[in-house]
Amino acid sequence: MSGVRVLAGTRKGAFLLTADGTRRNWKVDGPFFGGWEIYHMKGSPADPNRIYASQSSGWFGQVIQRSDDGGGTWQAVGKDFVYEGEAGTHQHYDGSQRPWEFKRVWHLEPSPSDPDTVYAGVEDAAIFRSSDGGATWSELPGLRRHGSGPSWMPGAGGLCLHTILLDSSNPDRAFIAISAAGAFRTGDGCLTWKAINRGLRSDYIPDPEAETGHCVHRIARHPARPDVLFMQKHWDVLRSDDAGGSWREISGNLPSDFGFALAVHAHEPETVYVVPIQSDSEHYPPGGQLRVWRTRSGGGEWEPLADGLPQRDCYVNVLRGAMSVDWLDPCGVYFGTTGGQIYASSDEGDHWTPIASHLPPVLSVEVQTLP
Amino acid sequence: MIRVVLPYPLRLLADAPDEVALEVAPPVTIAGVLDALEAAHPELRGAIRNPRAGARRPLVRFYACRRDFSNDPLDTPLPPAVAAGEEPLLIIGAIAGG
Repeated sequence: MSGVRVLAGTRKGAFLLTADGTRRNWKVDGPFFGGWEIYHMKGSPADPNRIYASQSSGWFGQVIQRSDDGGGTWQAVGKDFVYEGEAGTHQHYDGSQRPWEFKRVWHLEPSPSDPDTVYAGVEDAAIFRSSDGGATWSELPGLRRHGSGPSWMPGAGGLCLHTILLDSSNPDRAFIAISAAGAFRTGDGCLTWKAINRGLRSDYIPDPEAETGHCVHRIARHPARPDVLFMQKHWDVLRSDDAGGSWREISGNLPSDFGFALAVHAHEPETVYVVPIQSDSEHYPPGGQLRVWRTRSGGGEWEPLADGLPQRDCYVNVLRGAMSVDWLDPCGVYFGTTGGQIYASSDEGDHWTPIASHLPPVLSVEVQTLP
Repeated sequence: MIRVVLPYPLRLLADAPDEVALEVAPPVTIAGVLDALEAAHPELRGAIRNPRAGARRPLVRFYACRRDFSNDPLDTPLPPAVAAGEEPLLIIGAIAGG
């Protein structure tokens, strides 16, 4: 029988939650790397036993962990992230220019076809690649040299490259998102990048429709629709039907279009999930009611999904990397909260159950669907 | 043998006991101790000092014999009691929240 493995990164360690294909009974293993921040963990699509984890600490720096047995055992691999050539400067919060300085890995994206190839999105924003299972890392500097780099400014969480989308149908194409620079696309295997932010409007930057400077919180897409992208921005939920060439707002009837997390249904490319958050200063659900909102029509019209979720006195947040789906049928949806809960739905979001309730604040949730 | 006490996160990273014993050639300096520690536990490279510049990470502290050596040059000789193995070098994560 198939199964599901949920990879949860938290402020104080990693947890693995596993269930068989019924998704009724869950086993929680962890904490792994207790006390360390686990910004992200992700399994290789080509080998589900290969999992990469970003382990970091404000005291002791960055570590990359790799498992070759589905999370049973781990080994620390390479952690030398060195910007190529002249590091250059970017804009700091106060408007001054600061040198690019590596701080941590926010996102690990394994290649769809090669377990030893993995991409890393880091703070200060840059993309790195390893082709030897994480032993060594090389920057792909074309992104940082896009030309707009000196104008990029950190969001509240830092100048982080937090999302990488690889295209399994076109290995030369990829999308990334940076807070607060925006979304970028490459069509030549990461050599050069194009800012893809036309149609975004952000009233918190001097030119609300500037080419860069937008605080993109998350982008996602369905693999069967490589040109259709969905975005949760600092404010606004948007979609693009031309691979980021232009965007249009699809916030529709959402109670707030501020939020962080966004996920696309595994089998329905027009079904999308978001978790509205009250505002940029009030990082909790509107009215203290935790609700996932789902559109089945690609945006504009959204329905609240509340069954099984706390509907009073709930003031947690759901961070940008903390929602994911499995590939079973019906599609399972999972998200983690800053209150340490992980909720799961095995019926596309209609009903929710906490599968862990008292973890440290959850930073990321990824899901592996196991054969 | 030189005694070094590690903070919990580094013990976990290196799969090491809370106190490790190291052979360090005299004169016993912080740099010499760190060289031996990183040779014995390569996972710790970069976790205590910058792997290229060699500078102490800002939130790491070095204490020995009730003294703070954190801001001393890394080639400063450690006290004779540390060199004799009577007192440990304490590697500490600074009190800075968490």
